[in-house]
Amino acid sequence: MRNRWLYICAASLSMYLAFHACQGEQAIRTAQYTVNGQRVYAAHCQNCHGANGEGLGTLYPPLTDSTFLNEHRQRLACFIKHGLTGPIEVGGITFDTEMPPTPTLTPIEIAYVLTYIGNSFGNSMDMFTIEEVQAGLTACSGDSTIK
Amino acid sequence: MRISDILAATFALSVVVACQQPTETSLPILGAREPVTKVVDGQTVTDTVYHTIADFRLLNQDSVFIDNHTFENGVYVANFFFTHCPSICPTMQRNLLKVYEKYKGDERVRFLSHSIDFRYDTPSVLKTYAGKLGVTNDQWQFVTGSKAAIYGLSDSYMVYTKEDAAVPGGYDHSGHLLLVDKDRHIRGAYDGTDDAQVQLLINDLETLLKSYK
Repeated sequence: MRNRWLYICAASLSMYLAFHACQGEQAIRTAQYTVNGQRVYAAHCQNCHGANGEGLGTLYPPLTDSTFLNEHRQRLACFIKHGLTGPIEVGGITFDTEMPPTPTLTPIEIAYVLTYIGNSFGNSMDMFTIEEVQAGLTACSGDSTIK
Repeated sequence: MRISDILAATFALSVVVACQQPTETSLPILGAREPVTKVVDGQTVTDTVYHTIADFRLLNQDSVFIDNHTFENGVYVANFFFTHCPSICPTMQRNLLKVYEKYKGDERVRFLSHSIDFRYDTPSVLKTYAGKLGVTNDQWQFVTGSKAAIYGLSDSYMVYTKEDAAVPGGYDHSGHLLLVDKDRHIRGAYDGTDDAQVQLLINDLETLLKSYK
């Protein structure tokens, strides 16, 4: 009888630990992607979109509109890789400056920078995996409009 | 009084002296200068000729020609950029916009952005750009001109500009902001992509304005 209680305690403790270990791993990966993403952001995005994602006037849109980011989650990788033409509405304001493509970025770099943007500037999105980025790039097949 | 007290007092005094900001009362005049000797009323007088911004006449965002006289009643900040520049320009213009907003309505300070993309940046393109940037009055002028006019003028402002197919956007240039006084002399050059340098520009601008009071 006494042993059974011990077993139950040990089992629930290990389950608790396993659960938290997994969560920790996910958080660590997100943090890793965010740190790497900040470097990609500084090199390729910051000039126009600003150090705090504030954008510039109505020339370059801010990256603080979580609704826009969530609505276009599947297309974000394509915007970065292939650029973006045509008017878009961000935060209730219309922007119509062509975003240049950045074809040199690899899917992992795009996953990094999207995770960074998605978890900075007041945004809170799940991390972007390389698989998700690759699926997004395949789906848009080089198209640079918002659709 | 013990020796340690004297030492402590000396140390404290040296810290106070060392921490005193040098009070800059006038800005230097940048660029080459040469002495000119002439005879006035039988006396030999030596004068210094400072580097001066050359004459210019360029089309602005309203398709109106502007020249040096547009800026003669105050000081101005000049730079070189182009509207679809993917590299340093957005950061440089974002920083200059902060200075513009600080002095908006103050007619003593003007701004002059030269486009080095003489092919694409027509007055209407510049007008659209200025509007989107948030420039709403004529205190900040955006100008275009022939390649010879703009690139020649950039030498006068001591700014590097070059058409170069190898760089993103097709034009290479430095991101400097130049502070020019009423006599067309350059009084300061600041890296427009560096926050600390832009703050220095704002400080120097105040110093320069005070010198005209």
